[in-house]
Amino acid sequence: MSDYKELLEILLTGDGEKLETLVKAALDNGAPANEILNQGLIASMDVVGARMESGEMFIPEVLMSAQAMGGAVEILKPLLSEEDSAVAGKVVLGTVKGDLHDIGKNLVSMMLESAGFDVIEMGVDVAPEKFVEAIKENDADIVALSALLTTTMPMMAQTVKTIEASGIRDKVKILVGGAPVNQTFADEIGADGYAPDAGSASKLAKTLLKKSA
Amino acid sequence: MFTVIGERINTTLKKVQAAVIARDADYIREDVRKQQAGGATYIDVNAGARIGHEEEDMRWLLEVVQEGTDLPLCLDSPDPAILEMAYPMVNKIPMVNSISLEKDRFDAMMPFLDGKECKIIALCMDDSGMPKSVADIVDRAARLVGELEKIGMKRDDIFIDPLIQPMSVDANNGNVAMEAVQTIMTDLAGVHTTGGLSNISYGLPQRKIINRNFLALMMAHGFDSAIMDPLDSEIMAVLNTCEMLKGNDSFCMNYLKGVRAGNIKA
Repeated sequence: MSDYKELLEILLTGDGEKLETLVKAALDNGAPANEILNQGLIASMDVVGARMESGEMFIPEVLMSAQAMGGAVEILKPLLSEEDSAVAGKVVLGTVKGDLHDIGKNLVSMMLESAGFDVIEMGVDVAPEKFVEAIKENDADIVALSALLTTTMPMMAQTVKTIEASGIRDKVKILVGGAPVNQTFADEIGADGYAPDAGSASKLAKTLLKKSA
Repeated sequence: MFTVIGERINTTLKKVQAAVIARDADYIREDVRKQQAGGATYIDVNAGARIGHEEEDMRWLLEVVQEGTDLPLCLDSPDPAILEMAYPMVNKIPMVNSISLEKDRFDAMMPFLDGKECKIIALCMDDSGMPKSVADIVDRAARLVGELEKIGMKRDDIFIDPLIQPMSVDANNGNVAMEAVQTIMTDLAGVHTTGGLSNISYGLPQRKIINRNFLALMMAHGFDSAIMDPLDSEIMAVLNTCEMLKGNDSFCMNYLKGVRAGNIKA
């Protein structure tokens, strides 16, 4: 296994050009693409997520790192087989019905993708039935619900109920987040987890799947 | 004159929620008294956080808040039934927070507003989501003003919220807000512009310094109201100084008063 310390350092600075040079050099040295992806890029983005969670890194820095990673992944993509890119898990993600806010959700989407998840992006104002359909269609491991408004929090509860009523509750983990949401509320409505920011969301998603595995 | 909508009476804030649950009238009265002393011109009242309790919480808050201040209130609820209950309870002509072009919200709010004397905050939001550009914001503002004028509202009663979005996710969001405000204040002359100023600094450290500087820049573009914390004496000092610099403070009287009171310090 190669040493990805330098790659981590460059990813933390968000320098896309340097990162791409580094990834190409690693490939030239014979490192397998899936190793560069998993032990290099994804592992480094986990560090970014942790630093975001702890408040050491701020959203613009995280966005820069993610953008740099995106460029590097493009280089690796043609070299990855189906299984290589077989991902940490599948996440259906959206903002609940009646709520049109997308900033938080987009950050979560980006962090999940960078952590190796396959994200099925549903957008905003997503009806409970739409979530259920998407979970079934994609055989998703996780559904992540966002709400920014106190007025749309009940819709989160209703979405959980609709998932329960559709008989797929035991197949999918439910993650919730958004400004007015907290752990108490998540427990009340029967969600599996609550994350206060995008960095902890991707960590939590991994933890939830480990537990169920 | 700049309209300061004091944002502190909101049950999503932990301390306020605790005071509301405990029916701690002293806490609420003291808070609004301080907001008035700090320079608020309206007191926003939002009782929406305790799901299922909005009506009783709003009723209690309206009584208690008006014991602590003689300022007009900003009734903050998306539910016309709550607003109908609240409207006859207020002593002064209120502001209502808010209407938008989202169909459900718009259809629910228009019959409430029709024929009532009040100010209204109009959000540049429609069913397609947050506005994506200056043109988007201005177009929505014009539609809102058009609709509100149809039911007899005056431009002076309309406070357009362009929906300020964070710098942390797009480095152009400040420019978008400033240009939108300038265009709205020119093309729709007579209306006001307002909004949650602190959205701009979400996701960045040392938020207050961003908020203060952004307020000054926004005011230079015509922004004449904000939903903000009047207890933040430093941002209030920026506000009063900018009002003076814009020629809205004859003989610099308010500025000097602020300095003598110790509220404006270099």
